[in-house]
Amino acid sequence: MAEDIILEARDLVREYRSKEGMFGKVNVTRALKGISFKLERGKTLAVVGESGCGKSTLARILTLIDPATDGDLLIEGKKIDIAKQKITPDLRSKVQIVFQNPYGSLNPRQRIGDVLTEPLMLNTDLPAQERRDKAMEMLVKVGLGPEHFNRYPHMFSGGQRQRVAIARALMLNPKLLILDEPVSALDLSVQAQILNLLADLQEEFNLTYLFISHDLSVVRYIADKVMVMYFGEVVEYGTRDEVFDNPQHEYTKTLFNATPRADIAHIKERLARTG
Amino acid sequence: MTDTTQNSAPDTRLEVLKGFWRHFKTNRGAVFGLYFFIVLVFIAVFAPLIAPHGATVQYRDALLVPPVWMDGGSWNHILGTDAVGRDLLSRLIYGSRFSLFIGVVVVSVALVVGICLGLVAGTFRGWIDTVIMRIMDIILSFPSLLLALVLVAILGPSLINAMIAIAIVQQPYYVRLTRAAVISEMSREYVMAARVSGVRTLRLMFVTVLPNCMAPLIVQAALSFSTAILDAAALGFLGMGAQPPTPEWGTMLAEAREFILRAPWVVTFPGVAILTTVLAINLIGDGLRDALDPKLKRS
Repeated sequence: MAEDIILEARDLVREYRSKEGMFGKVNVTRALKGISFKLERGKTLAVVGESGCGKSTLARILTLIDPATDGDLLIEGKKIDIAKQKITPDLRSKVQIVFQNPYGSLNPRQRIGDVLTEPLMLNTDLPAQERRDKAMEMLVKVGLGPEHFNRYPHMFSGGQRQRVAIARALMLNPKLLILDEPVSALDLSVQAQILNLLADLQEEFNLTYLFISHDLSVVRYIADKVMVMYFGEVVEYGTRDEVFDNPQHEYTKTLFNATPRADIAHIKERLARTG
Repeated sequence: MTDTTQNSAPDTRLEVLKGFWRHFKTNRGAVFGLYFFIVLVFIAVFAPLIAPHGATVQYRDALLVPPVWMDGGSWNHILGTDAVGRDLLSRLIYGSRFSLFIGVVVVSVALVVGICLGLVAGTFRGWIDTVIMRIMDIILSFPSLLLALVLVAILGPSLINAMIAIAIVQQPYYVRLTRAAVISEMSREYVMAARVSGVRTLRLMFVTVLPNCMAPLIVQAALSFSTAILDAAALGFLGMGAQPPTPEWGTMLAEAREFILRAPWVVTFPGVAILTTVLAINLIGDGLRDALDPKLKRS
């Protein structure tokens, strides 16, 4: 096999069950209806879709927070099922996640230094001094300084917090980073800084990204491959250029047309379409 | 990098404390309450040095002596004496020890048990949550003093049993507060982030989530400190708490009941002591709430 697959999903299904009252019938909501894809090492796969299409559910399954109801998840060729096996520190350090909201993803009572050293403390047996050194090193790598080590999250701006969140995710040297809309809570200039940082880090650590987003311009900038999701199903999956230049599915076309564009031809076309 | 940190923000725990004190200071009642409480603690700690007489020494030649400013009063017994000739001031001073002791023990027991149960209920949810919360609802559905009375009747009347009973009666409030705070914190992203970085459930409960739930609990602790003192005094008054000759304020009230018309000072001073202490602690509690609750914070 020529290509180096780091993560593979085969027909992932996730169902949420909710009961109406004590004796009511069980409602089954299928958030994911059989998702399959392969992720190549060092590449970026962008997952695009509207709210509620199962993007975050997918992220939770891939980061081993929730188990999949059905289907297989393979990390570096090995089958993972967290319902049956315990998650080892080794497994933990393969996949990490950066959340959308930098204001909610950092514990307000935890110093930045503790945020960064905690994953090491729990998953490795490095001595305290070494953990500290690694955290300092990582702070510099994400564009912060050692002087930020003892500060609390509320003293940082949104962009800085997102840098901290990225640093935390990288502390365990993961191979795969799930980015759950990492820039959508930030303003435009900071978005660009964070995206550049992510690109630099990808090169430096040979990271693989799964980039969840609804912002198509960001996706076009960062993605190698694009997967479009619609109501828990993959409706489009291909390289960036394939998907952007020649969208196959009706939903993808609608999605691209929803991106604001200012040229007159486009506006006329849209008006003709909606009547 | 365009974004920079504001250097004025607090950097150390000391400065966090300073910021807290700045908010607390704006509430003058709370500051007054705090001073009163500090004096009370001082009196309680140094009771043997301050009190002019022993708490249980009976002066047979000075029964029901009125306080110094009334006819027949003397400087020997500034606040007068009770029916068996014990110095009231000394008894009140020694009594402050019991009141503070009751407050501290009841609040600590209720707080620790309440936090543990609330954390378990809020973290695991499901049937364990239902069981814990229904038991708490049952405890809450009884009038609290009546329930404490029944518990003391079962355990036998003594100060320790009264404290246990009051702690049991009070801890549902802590359980509810903790559970509500834990449930709302559990849905925050930092909890999920902690899970992904490998934090186990026990550490998640106590290290990650609990510190973020403390503000309402501290306020509740301060406010129920005074309730505990009041309940203990009530149990003492009903003869179910501290037993004579313990100089507990509620018990002193009960002993003085029959002299309420003939020697009103014997009833008045323990009552005033309870009133001022409870008032001071309630004022502190209000100030704490203003300073700790971000929704009420004036910046």
